[in-house]
Amino acid sequence: MALSPVSRVRRQLPVSPWLFAAPGLLVVGAFVLYPFVSTVVNSFTDRRTLIPGRFVGLANFRELLHDEMFWIALRNSVLYVLGVVPALVVLPLLLALLVQKNIPGIAFFRSAFYTPVVASIVVVGLIWVWLLDERGLVNSLLETVGVGRVGFLSDQWLLLLSAMAVTVWKGLGYYMIIYLAALASVPRELHEAAAVDGAGAVRRFLTVTVPAVRSTMVLVAALASVAAFKVFSEVYLLAGPTGGPAGEDTTLVMLVQRTGTGLTGRVGYASALSLVVFVVTVALMLLVLRADRREDA
Amino acid sequence: MSTPEKAPPAPERVTRRRGRLTDEHGRRVGAGELVLRYALLLVVLVLTVGPFLWQLSTSLKGPTENIFSSPPSFLPAHPTLHNYARVADTIPVWDYALNSLTVAGASVVTNCVGAALAGYALARLRYRGRRGTALVFILAMLVPAEGIIIAQFTTMRDLGLNNTLIGVLLPGSVNAMNVLLLRNAFLQLPHEVEEAAFVDGANVWQRFFRIALPSVKGTLAVVAIFAFMFSWDDFLWPLIVLSDPSKFTLTIGLNYLHGTFANDERLVAAGTVIAVAPLMLLFACLQRYFFRGVGEGAVKG
Repeated sequence: MALSPVSRVRRQLPVSPWLFAAPGLLVVGAFVLYPFVSTVVNSFTDRRTLIPGRFVGLANFRELLHDEMFWIALRNSVLYVLGVVPALVVLPLLLALLVQKNIPGIAFFRSAFYTPVVASIVVVGLIWVWLLDERGLVNSLLETVGVGRVGFLSDQWLLLLSAMAVTVWKGLGYYMIIYLAALASVPRELHEAAAVDGAGAVRRFLTVTVPAVRSTMVLVAALASVAAFKVFSEVYLLAGPTGGPAGEDTTLVMLVQRTGTGLTGRVGYASALSLVVFVVTVALMLLVLRADRREDA
Repeated sequence: MSTPEKAPPAPERVTRRRGRLTDEHGRRVGAGELVLRYALLLVVLVLTVGPFLWQLSTSLKGPTENIFSSPPSFLPAHPTLHNYARVADTIPVWDYALNSLTVAGASVVTNCVGAALAGYALARLRYRGRRGTALVFILAMLVPAEGIIIAQFTTMRDLGLNNTLIGVLLPGSVNAMNVLLLRNAFLQLPHEVEEAAFVDGANVWQRFFRIALPSVKGTLAVVAIFAFMFSWDDFLWPLIVLSDPSKFTLTIGLNYLHGTFANDERLVAAGTVIAVAPLMLLFACLQRYFFRGVGEGAVKG
C-alpha cells in the first residue's frame, strides 16, 4: 500500500476544509474581529453615526479625562464589581453545600434555584422594579412589620445596591452549579479525617472544603468580576435609560450605549469609551488569575 | 475559558436503610439536621421562585383589586386572564414573541451548523491555515461583546441591515465558544472509525454527516439550548439595532411596554409571564442537559 489510510484521510481535498470553516470564519470575522479593529480605529476619530470621521489623535481620550459622566460611570462599574463579586463567590458555595446532599426532593430544589438563571434579564429586571417599587411587595412587607417604606429606586445609592442584589439573585444558581461540580470532586477521606480529629462543620468547611474548591472560587471571581464590570441591563431597567437621578447611576456600558447610538451618536467618542471597557476587562482577568498564581507559590 | 473539574465519582449517596436516611458513610442523617436542611431549602425556594409567583399573581388580579395592599395579598381574589388580552391590545405581543422565536430558532440552526462545520475542520481536517483558523476563533472568544457593540452597530448600518431581524441574528449566529466546544467534542472521536469509513470510500461530507455529527449529539444539544436562551434573552444588542416598534423582539417590546405603561403593573406582569413561560417550559423539558455532570444522572452513574 502506497499510503496508509491515516495519511490518505489527512491528505484529501485541498479546498473542502475551507468550505467547512468558511461560515464560522465569515461571521466571526465580519461581526467580531472587524468591529474590534474598527473600534480601535474609530477611537482616534471624531466619527458620528452619519458623518465619516477625521483623525483627531488622542482627543477623545483627553476628553474622557475631563468628562464628569465618564468618572461617574467608571466609579459605578468599579463599585459594582466590589459589591457583587464577594457575594457571588461566597453565597453560591453555601447554596451548593445546601443542595449537595442527596436527600429526597433535592432535584426539585436544584432546578428551582436555577430558574432565575433561565429567566431573561429583562423579565428579572421588570419583576424587581415592581417588587422594589414604592408601593411594591418589599415595601408592603416592610410596612407590615413596621419598618416603613424605603425608596429603593429613587435614592442613588440604594438603587445601585438594589441592582447589585438583582445581579446576585440572578447569578446564584449559575455559580451554584459550578461549585457543585467542584464539591463533588473533594475527596471524602479529607472530611472523614477532619471529623475524626474532632473538627466541627464550620471548621471542616474552612479547613477542608474551602482549600479544595479554591481554584473554582478564583474562576468564579474572574467570571463574576468581568460580568459585573460590564453591567448594563440591571441598572438600565431599574434606573431607566438615563441612569437614575441626574444620571448618577449610569454604568460604563450604559454610557457607551447612550453616546454611541442613534442618528447623532458620537461613534468616535463611544469607541474610546469601549476601549476603556475592553482594557479594564482584560486587566481584571489578569489580576484575578495572577492573584491565584501567587497563592499557589 | 477553562471549565471546572470533571464530573466526579459518586460523592454523596443516601440510601434508605430500615426506613432511615443515611449519608455516604452509612451514618444516619440526624433528624435535626434534616429539618434544618429542609427549612433552609424552603427559605431559598421562597427567595428564588417567590418573585416569579408574585408576578404571576399580579398578572391575574382584576382591575378592581388593590395590588398595593399592605399587608400584601398573595392570591388574586377574582383571578382573571383579562390582563393578557389587554397586553395584546396594547402592544403586538404575539408578533414580538414570533420575532423572538424566529431569531432564536434561526440562531439555533446557524450555531449548530456553522459551529459543527468549523469545529470539524479544526479537529479532523489537516490543511494549511488550520492553526490560523483556530487562532481567529480563540481571539474572537476573548473580545467582550459590550466593547464592540457600537462598531457592530455601524457595521450593520453599512450593510443596510439595521432595524432588521437578520441584523439581530447575525453577530451571534456562529459563536466562537460553540466552535471550540464542538472542536473538543470531535477530538474525542477515535480516528479509526473515520478511517474505516474512508477505506470504504466515504468522502469528507459523508464522514461528517454520517459518522462525526451523530456522535457529538450531546454537545450539539448543549449548543442548541444555549443559542436559544442567549438569543431569546438578549437585550442590549436588539435594543441598539432595532428602532422600529413593529420589528421589536419580546425583550425590547417588554422594555417598551414598561416605559409606556409603567403605571399599570398588571399589564407589565402579564407581559413578563408571556416572555418567561416558554423558557421555563424549555428548561423543565431539558433540565438534565443544564445539570450535565453534576445532576442526579452523573451522581448515580
